[in-house]
Amino acid sequence: MEPVGCLTPFTLSVKDLPWIILWDKEKCTLCGRCTAVCPVRAIELGVHRKRAISVSVGLEEKPSNLFTVYHGIDQRTDPVHACVGCGMCNLVCPNNCIIPSHNEEIDKLRFHNNVGGVPRRRGGRRNVPGVILDQIKFIRISMLTDPALDAGRHEFELRTLLGRILPPEEMVRVTQENGWTPPVREIYPLIIGSMSFGALSPNMWEGLQMGVAYLNEELGMPVRMCTGEGGCPPRLLRSRFLKYVILQIASGYFGWDEIIHALPEMKEDPCAIEIKYGQGAKPGDGGLLMWYKVNKLIAAIRGVPVGVSLPSPPTHQTKYSIEESVAKMIQSMYMGWGFRVPVYPKISGTSTALAVLNNLTRNQYAAALSIDGEDGGTGAAYNVSMDHMGHPIASNLRDAYLNLVKLGKQNEIPLFAAGGVGKSGNLAANAAALIMLGASGVQTGKHLMQAAAGCLGSESDRCNICNIGICPKGITSQDPRVDRRLDPEKVAERVVEVFLSFDTELKKIVAPLGRSTSLPIGMSDAIGIADHHAAERLSIRYVV
Amino acid sequence: MCRLFAVTSSDPLSPMVALRAIDVMKEGHDGSGTGMFMTDLAGDFENFKTEPILSGTFTNEGVKSLDQFMTECDFLVKHELSIRPKKQPPPGTPKRDYYLIRVYEYPPAWKDLSAAEIQFRMMMIRLQLRRMGEEDGSMMIFSFWPDVIMIKEVGDPMAIADYLGLDRKELQARAMLAQGRQNTNYAINIYACHPFFIQGMATMTNGENTAFVPIREFLTSRGFPGYIGYQSDSEVFTHILHYTVNHLALGLSMYKHVITPLMDEELTRHPDGQWLRMLKQACRPLIIDGPNCVMGCLPDKTLFMVQDSKKLRPGVAGGHPGMYAFSSEMCGLDATIPARDKNRDFQPMKYDTVIVGPERREVEIWNQWDALHHSH
Repeated sequence: MEPVGCLTPFTLSVKDLPWIILWDKEKCTLCGRCTAVCPVRAIELGVHRKRAISVSVGLEEKPSNLFTVYHGIDQRTDPVHACVGCGMCNLVCPNNCIIPSHNEEIDKLRFHNNVGGVPRRRGGRRNVPGVILDQIKFIRISMLTDPALDAGRHEFELRTLLGRILPPEEMVRVTQENGWTPPVREIYPLIIGSMSFGALSPNMWEGLQMGVAYLNEELGMPVRMCTGEGGCPPRLLRSRFLKYVILQIASGYFGWDEIIHALPEMKEDPCAIEIKYGQGAKPGDGGLLMWYKVNKLIAAIRGVPVGVSLPSPPTHQTKYSIEESVAKMIQSMYMGWGFRVPVYPKISGTSTALAVLNNLTRNQYAAALSIDGEDGGTGAAYNVSMDHMGHPIASNLRDAYLNLVKLGKQNEIPLFAAGGVGKSGNLAANAAALIMLGASGVQTGKHLMQAAAGCLGSESDRCNICNIGICPKGITSQDPRVDRRLDPEKVAERVVEVFLSFDTELKKIVAPLGRSTSLPIGMSDAIGIADHHAAERLSIRYVV
Repeated sequence: MCRLFAVTSSDPLSPMVALRAIDVMKEGHDGSGTGMFMTDLAGDFENFKTEPILSGTFTNEGVKSLDQFMTECDFLVKHELSIRPKKQPPPGTPKRDYYLIRVYEYPPAWKDLSAAEIQFRMMMIRLQLRRMGEEDGSMMIFSFWPDVIMIKEVGDPMAIADYLGLDRKELQARAMLAQGRQNTNYAINIYACHPFFIQGMATMTNGENTAFVPIREFLTSRGFPGYIGYQSDSEVFTHILHYTVNHLALGLSMYKHVITPLMDEELTRHPDGQWLRMLKQACRPLIIDGPNCVMGCLPDKTLFMVQDSKKLRPGVAGGHPGMYAFSSEMCGLDATIPARDKNRDFQPMKYDTVIVGPERREVEIWNQWDALHHSH
């Protein structure tokens, strides 16, 4: 064996990495685009010396060495520069001569991704493909006794409510007495989940907002988008488009200085206020915007210094008891907008969700509960949180709904479900399954990044580098040189397309069930699953 | 698909009138069940307008249990029409020992109770008897209420009428609901047979209720003991009516707004849109998704018919002052009230509720776009 220098514990070969770059010397034009585009500099230009034995015919000349040089690609193997499989090299290659290939063996990099004693952090979702929602089938097909409806031509009203809804007796009494009724929004049941300005690039955020505005104003679809914990651009706060926005407040309170200052100048109330107590991707952990992404613009909107990491505390630290905190925060937020804006908490999926929910049922202001399951995506989290923490959304949501049914409050506190909705591409089917399990609506973020902006991330641990601001598609980066790859107009167009196709698919699901005049919330007789234990757990039909 | 017929008349009618109407619509039902609701009674029951009447079927043991239970509750039998069929039941109809229609005298201890309390207790007694019957199969209880008789049985309407002798002169009423059932499940449960009854009101439905499960969950979670049963998905229509009228104290016209509210966009154009929107939101789990035609009767003998917003089930109203009928099919109406002005027949569409009040003077058509009357 040739000496290779000093071997360190994390000296790896290409074979030890999750992604192996395959490069074809014959087709390569040495244009250099791949090395330039690679977000993690996993490949570099290599100058290779090659020895050949030159043997002449006859005995006159002895065989000799012939040294040649060729230029090509080297894959770096140190953990920091390991290929993330994004495939941008392939995207830019004019001759299709380079492609990352998933290592067939379990990689060894995973034992070394804590260089410097810092555990791995990344963006994306739990690295487990698929979600149980994909297995739920819609089985109650209307046949002769109640004809199925025409999804294309029938009249549908597939709206949902966000806000505390009074029980009917109370509503009648309060209106007779001219009392206060909580604000309720009639919205589209698919909400763009909380992705902050900062986690997303300005172009991506703008694209989403433009798409939402178009859906509302041109197509009459009351789609709403949550800001996440990053504040809201000042112009948007002062525009009429604010009514399509759910402002999120979380434990870091980022951006709220700006929001509060904009209050007197707001032309419209926001759709709602979401108080984040937890999220599915990193349950029990606060938000995280790593320093790479905190540029001047982000710092200004969030009210923080440039270039510092922004880890939010795991929970709101301002009150002595958490129950008091929830109650007071909800009430304070109501007061901020004169009791005209619904305020609701968002929590991580957890086995303690019912305790939160029961608490909310006794709080007359709590406008909803959003539960974000373990498959939720994020811009940055510790890998261990993402892969191992949290509760699946299906049973958590079902338990919450059935608990409300037991209390008779299933219509008073709408439940919103998130976390892996559309993970395998089945956005409408997943959403409809959750609605029939009891959700009033669903929130999705990652699916939209994939569908509306071409996010490359996957549960095979592809790309997933949203956290360090070098998203090769410009979706989660904060470097203008990369952001400009993403055209906000095109994102807006795709947002509209995604919602329109979702709408058609949702109708294609509910129409054969005979439903058109109201969203089939809790219509659990319509769904079944070929997994006995899951059926039992979710109180739905077991079908094989 | 089932067939429905409702009739209200100033002159007392035999139940045969309604059953014959069901019979002429025979193409639409399969004889798997017959149900009757009779109120504003005449004949022998004319003299007992305020005392509760128990209707049900019993085995011999069931009658003994009933006697014992009612005695313990301090009820006295005041009048009785018991039918003990002598002949063989028609094909498909099970043999039962007794069909009982019994008028009771209130327990003396109830004398000073409020009307609401008495009504609640009557319902609880019906439910308790029903539970006793469900335990040992000894009885099935259809109603326990003043001025109300209910008869339900498996089988073809005319065959049942003949078997039970329903053409007897002591059995007469001025308002009736009748249903000929098209069964959609093989195990025929009489409790799944329309009309359904709760505290003086009854409804029957043609169609299938696709939103049944969430509606049932909402009703059962109201904490009201009468909201049980649901052997048929149509029973919720009766309970929604009860909830609207008794719990929300809203009139019959609001029933339509509860079960098939106007669309969000339509509400912006309605004169009472703001309030109706709040009602729609508060009663969201009670929105039916059809297809259904609901006919019913209120405790004050008002008859009504309402369609779901898709209007996928037929229904027609017609008649003349003194006698009006609602029918699933025109032939049912023709057979019952041939001498009427057919030009004035009315088929309610998606926004309509058809009402004939206890005075039976006209068919009132109430449209969902009409302004509301109440004082909110």
